[in-house]
Amino acid sequence: MSGAGVTPILEARDVSIRFGGVEALKRVSLRLMPGEVLALAGDNGAGKSTLIKILSGVYRADGGDLHFEGRPLQLRDPQDARSQGIETIYQDLALADNLDVGSNIFLGREPVRRRFGFQVIDRPHMARVAREVLERLDIVIPPRKLTGPVKMLSGGQRQAIAIGRAIYWNARVLIMDEPTAALGVPEQRKVMELIRALKVQGVAVILISHNLHDIFAVAERIVVLRRGEVAGERRVAETDGDEIVRLMVGDTYSNDAH
Amino acid sequence: MNDKRLDRLALVSKVWPWLFLGTLLVFFEAWARISAHRSFVFNAYNLQSIGLAASAPLLLAIGQTFVIITAGIDLSVGFVMGLAAVCVAQFTIPGGDSPWILLVSISLTILVCLIPGLVNGVLIARLGVPAFIGTLGMYGVARGVGFLAAGSGMTVSVNNRGLAWLGGGWTPVILTAVLLVVMHFVLSQTKFGQYTYAIGGNPQSAIRAGINVRRHLFAIYLIAAAFAAVGGVVYTARFAAGAANAGEPMLLDSIAAVVIGGASLFGGTGNVIGTLIGALIIAVIEFGLVFIDVNAFWQFIVVGIVIILSVLIDQYKDRLGGAQ
Repeated sequence: MSGAGVTPILEARDVSIRFGGVEALKRVSLRLMPGEVLALAGDNGAGKSTLIKILSGVYRADGGDLHFEGRPLQLRDPQDARSQGIETIYQDLALADNLDVGSNIFLGREPVRRRFGFQVIDRPHMARVAREVLERLDIVIPPRKLTGPVKMLSGGQRQAIAIGRAIYWNARVLIMDEPTAALGVPEQRKVMELIRALKVQGVAVILISHNLHDIFAVAERIVVLRRGEVAGERRVAETDGDEIVRLMVGDTYSNDAH
Repeated sequence: MNDKRLDRLALVSKVWPWLFLGTLLVFFEAWARISAHRSFVFNAYNLQSIGLAASAPLLLAIGQTFVIITAGIDLSVGFVMGLAAVCVAQFTIPGGDSPWILLVSISLTILVCLIPGLVNGVLIARLGVPAFIGTLGMYGVARGVGFLAAGSGMTVSVNNRGLAWLGGGWTPVILTAVLLVVMHFVLSQTKFGQYTYAIGGNPQSAIRAGINVRRHLFAIYLIAAAFAAVGGVVYTARFAAGAANAGEPMLLDSIAAVVIGGASLFGGTGNVIGTLIGALIIAVIEFGLVFIDVNAFWQFIVVGIVIILSVLIDQYKDRLGGAQ
């Protein structure tokens, strides 16, 4: 498979999980190479969300194991994953809509300085970092709006803040769940550009998407899940939309096609 | 929606409580000068009366500000204040005029009043009971306990020099001002304040950001109860008697002050200075209408209209912001 000889930055081996009587994932394996964009495709209920929740420390697998840069990885909770450099951006972006850009980038990890002998939040530093992060992602937000609540920003700008937050905290792996689902077409393009920019900066991305157009635009490889199993894995250069759809719905059931 | 208009609107919604307070003062000043040839504002007695009238609901409103920013509400603070007023009287009486008994009775009162705060915290933060219902339960409990603690009469008289000092002259106003400054600092400058806003904005996001939302909500309902306790102590100090229903009219005034001050009941916005302005507006209306000899019942009507107005301005702004 791709990148043989290089250690995957994140790897899942034979991961299984069941909820009550339902086996949501059956011995699923997945390898993510450094600086790679890997798309996770599959119909509703195929197990995409369950898999990323295991990778981001929300669920614990019943079987199988995870490896980070070749070392075994134990995730007790999402904080654990984050401290390893695995950041997840869910569809709702997990922003505090009433706070400004800087506050959102630092949410839960605010820098402090001493004033009058008390620990106070260092807002000037937060504002400076907010500008830097957005610059790095080539996102233009008028300074006036930088200090207002992020609910005043567009969907694409909000997505950029969530991405900016992840990379500011040195994400090595960024898991994105349907990042373009709620966006208009120009904004979708902007987010695709952002993902390409992340790749250039060496961040590995797992992209969950329904949108094959998006997947073919940015991903190198596609892993297709179907009913909790890996239905197939393809390099983007060697496949097309029809084949991926067939894998998703199950006309050709080809675990061993490669 | 064009940006300039939105900016203007944001500015209006931010400054209108100040403008309104200013307008009220100018109106009463003009009235006083024309009809009685004296000043309304530059009069120590009037200022003290307004300060005292504002300080009691304001003490409740400071805690309420934190609660409302987290999208909660604390309906129990009024009767917790009453409970505190009765408790501090009952605890002080055995010590007679000794100033030392005050240390004991005030500490004990605050401890007793933290219990309803604790129960609110368990109900809302741990058991997920809606704040309105949980604190409505404690409203009833604190009310009942307060009247039981007061015994046969509704009020408990107490004579203590230390207590009289605490309630005399400008002392309650100064005490309230100090607490106001401290809590303004906490809300606007510290992580505790930041997390209060974050929880009100989106509790799920706060949880994912690693904020201990349960512990934070717990702390906030304790703070609300502690401020209600202080309000009760000040009440008893002022009137040399504790009444179980001391805080009954203060509850809605405290919520009104927070809302007029720019907080949304949906959480995420509001601040202590806004609450101060809100409380001052209510106090100036109440005192001013009596001052110009208008039937006191008009104050309810005027305050009610002000509340509705402030909510309308807030909603109008939000709708335009959301449409962006």
